[in-house]
Amino acid sequence: MPLNEKLSAIWLLIQSSSIPWLMLTLFAYALAMKLYKASNFNPIVNPVIISIIITIATLLLLGISYEQYFNGGRFIHYLLGPATVALAIPLYQQLHRIKKMLLPIVITLISSVVIGAFSAIYIADLLGASASTLLSIAPKSVTTPVAMGISENIGGIVSLTAGLAATTGILGAIMGTKVFSLMKVEDDAVKGVAMGLTSHGIGTARAFQVSNEMGAFSGLAMALTAFTTAFLLPYLLQLTGML
Amino acid sequence: MKFILGFALLLLFQLLGEITVILLELPVSGPVVGLVLLLLTLIVYGRVGQPLHEASSTLLGHLSLLFVPAGVGLMLHYELLAKEWFAISSALVIGTLIMLVSTALIMSFTNKLFTKGNS
Repeated sequence: MPLNEKLSAIWLLIQSSSIPWLMLTLFAYALAMKLYKASNFNPIVNPVIISIIITIATLLLLGISYEQYFNGGRFIHYLLGPATVALAIPLYQQLHRIKKMLLPIVITLISSVVIGAFSAIYIADLLGASASTLLSIAPKSVTTPVAMGISENIGGIVSLTAGLAATTGILGAIMGTKVFSLMKVEDDAVKGVAMGLTSHGIGTARAFQVSNEMGAFSGLAMALTAFTTAFLLPYLLQLTGML
Repeated sequence: MKFILGFALLLLFQLLGEITVILLELPVSGPVVGLVLLLLTLIVYGRVGQPLHEASSTLLGHLSLLFVPAGVGLMLHYELLAKEWFAISSALVIGTLIMLVSTALIMSFTNKLFTKGNS
């Protein structure tokens, strides 16, 4: 076989194989973590956004579609399931504190689901976003896999919701600790709840870097938001005539 | 070996969660129900064993990585984002700020209101 035929056979293999794209995701993340550490954990150098940028840039450069990429990326994506279940463990360890704060948590939760969905919908609507964008943006504060399910349920664009939910998670993780220190909020439980309600799993990942306690409360808030939004959002949208 | 067993247990609870979702026609995803089922089991059992401890700290230690493949999906919506980027990014940035501030305020306030005596 001549060399250029061999090369095109190799290129075909690379495109259709899952290995390079799984590898790319891991390398991008390893690099992003290195940068994050080098920046002394500056929240702006968020490892999720840096990994996404590196990955998308590489895919565009090589002309690889998302479908081809996801062939490898799905192996990591599927771990979100067991990782979500794993949040039960830090939750269990903070149970005694959570029990004490149950009523404040529930009140904050319900107001945050309403405030979160409608603040984003009204701002986007005011600035001329299309109807399907509005529905895709509504579940933005819910953990990505659940947000995708809700989006499908209310008629949004599922993959757009995935991206917007991830972006919301990143924004909350970047701004959260700064906002809380400006507001002089010092209780890790309060910070954790606010972080988890706003930016779900990515905020929770950030919260665990601050303290185990903040992470546990953030994980709790994330799970509660997922439940409450999934049940409440369709009715809220119907009530306001958006659905 | 402990990690393997713990990981298998997490998958078991995810599966139980998925089954519960079908049985009760819940609008939530299987893993979230699995989280609740595992939490209830831990409350009944009374402690976290080493296998679950190892599996959960490994997975949660790299939680950020797991969101990357879904986030890369943004590349699918290049045209929509090019057209509506201002509305979308304003909604996300301002919306996230509103959320952070309002939830921290409500939580601080209600926490002081209801947990005065017993903290």
